[in-house]
Amino acid sequence: MKQLFGRPNGLTDVLQRYCPGCGHGIVHRIIGDLLIKLNIRECTVGIAPVGCSVFADEYFNCDMIQPPHGRGPAVSTGIKRARPDCIVFSYQGDGDLAAIGTAEIVHAAARNENITIVFINNAIFGMTGGQLAPTTLPGMKSTTSVQGRDIKKQGYPIKVCELLAGLDGPYYLVRTAVNTPKNVINTEKALKNAFVNQIENKGFSMVEILSMCPTNWGMTPVQSKKWVDDTMMKYYPLGEYRNRAKEEK
Amino acid sequence: MSEKKLMYGNHAIVEGVIAAGCRFFAGYPITPQNEIPEFMSIRMNEIGGVFIQTESEIAAINMLFGAAAAGKRAMTSSSSPGISLMQEGISYIAGADIPVLVVNVIRGGPGLGNIAPAQSDYYQATKGGGHGDYFTITLAPNSAQELYEFPKLAFELAEKYRNPALILADGLLGQMMEPVEFTYKPIDPDTLSEPSYALSGCKGRDRRVVRSYDLKPGKLEEMNWQRLKKYQKIQETEQRFEATDCEDADLIIIAYGTCARVCDAAIRMARSDGHKVGLLRPITLWPFPNNVLAGMSKTVRNFLVVEMNMGQMIDDVKLATECRSKIHFHGRPGGGVPTPPEIYEKIQAILGGAR
Repeated sequence: MKQLFGRPNGLTDVLQRYCPGCGHGIVHRIIGDLLIKLNIRECTVGIAPVGCSVFADEYFNCDMIQPPHGRGPAVSTGIKRARPDCIVFSYQGDGDLAAIGTAEIVHAAARNENITIVFINNAIFGMTGGQLAPTTLPGMKSTTSVQGRDIKKQGYPIKVCELLAGLDGPYYLVRTAVNTPKNVINTEKALKNAFVNQIENKGFSMVEILSMCPTNWGMTPVQSKKWVDDTMMKYYPLGEYRNRAKEEK
Repeated sequence: MSEKKLMYGNHAIVEGVIAAGCRFFAGYPITPQNEIPEFMSIRMNEIGGVFIQTESEIAAINMLFGAAAAGKRAMTSSSSPGISLMQEGISYIAGADIPVLVVNVIRGGPGLGNIAPAQSDYYQATKGGGHGDYFTITLAPNSAQELYEFPKLAFELAEKYRNPALILADGLLGQMMEPVEFTYKPIDPDTLSEPSYALSGCKGRDRRVVRSYDLKPGKLEEMNWQRLKKYQKIQETEQRFEATDCEDADLIIIAYGTCARVCDAAIRMARSDGHKVGLLRPITLWPFPNNVLAGMSKTVRNFLVVEMNMGQMIDDVKLATECRSKIHFHGRPGGGVPTPPEIYEKIQAILGGAR
């Protein structure tokens, strides 16, 4: 019988520890696929963040490093400058990238470092148990904002694509989602662009991916997919915020 | 004879780092070490190396983590407050067993302190510095010549033991001009072999992972016990020091770096007046030269520790001598630099009191 679907060799043959309905597994699979399709697995170094996806260093079937919280873009810069022939991607969550690692992501983008950033935005701190993230929506409940995010006390969420689009540096900034098959396909296209840009030495590419966290949102997987559509996307509109490839045409 | 040049200490470090085959520097400006990144930016540009002026010392140490994990010799330099910011990164690097070189041109602290020479980061350098159980190999040069020579030694030790290495200088050593002899043939980085841990793409081999964590029960404890063996090996084999006039000494001064230079002048004053005073200069602050001190403490009644701080190395001296001798202290915290007459006065007070 012909096998139509299976684990791509870009992922290791281990059980992933993500919760049911979590978006990490979908994004991992897309990247695992691309490592093979783009024939880059054997020259890639991936960066696992601190957060739920810290275990990404076990899941991607390529060289991996696990640096301090938020410092993925700096570690990526070090690897890429030391070994320009390697393809380097930094996989980060919203606490990692938009809270503690804000300086590193902004400056890597400003330098137009030739790296690929995969940014999972699920509006919550997952690993530590559902605390307020820099991307938690106004009014959204977390374990450190039990009444809901009060913009008078906790300020506004950070829109990372829009923030980085204010810089001249970055080559490619796009926001996608993984809550529907159509959005998953668009995410795959965006991630492919983000890796191809690096292969072609174009510079800094970031894909911000709106993702589900049913566990910490207190929803079922189905509810959480709907919530991304109904609520999250209204605050974080999908689309390209920078695409120099199109501007160059 | 090899080439000789009059150089700033901070420039000598740059030449030493480049001669050691390092082609990666990342750092953030801070006084009194700015001559290092400034000169490094020029030299790396000339030889096709990497120079990155970073957004912070945090970014700098993490760029080093990346470059060194990729198997390349990588260094940064900073001064005290900047080194504090790097501690999280150094802890991760130590926990991942990756060799890097960090140069600390120490200034007066705590806090913003001042920009005068100091040795107040001794505890931070020799007792780990960041979180978790670890040590960093720590070298203390006392001249522009050693600032040139120690980067090579630091990289060699760091790589031999897969451990971060520190060089502790201070504002005075960095800003001082002295002749430097280029004593060794510069290393071509292409002749350095790829380390076994290097992240370079997994073509033709199993994938590699560089990390400092393990959540499996008992595994981290096991990893730490393994690392202790490495630290014990370093302590057994890498203690370095310089002993001057110690053979017949009634009093031995213990000082490193700038203080050792000042004390060297002080013991010459004392000797010319007939006092039998020697100088023991630790070159490795970690591992501390315990063995030589333990031996000396069996015959020498008095030791004088001189530091540009409130008294930090004195703890290690007390441990090494196991309280067999009297340990005196002369310190100048907050950017103060002792003078030879000031130390000679202390010598006279100790030896006078001993009579």
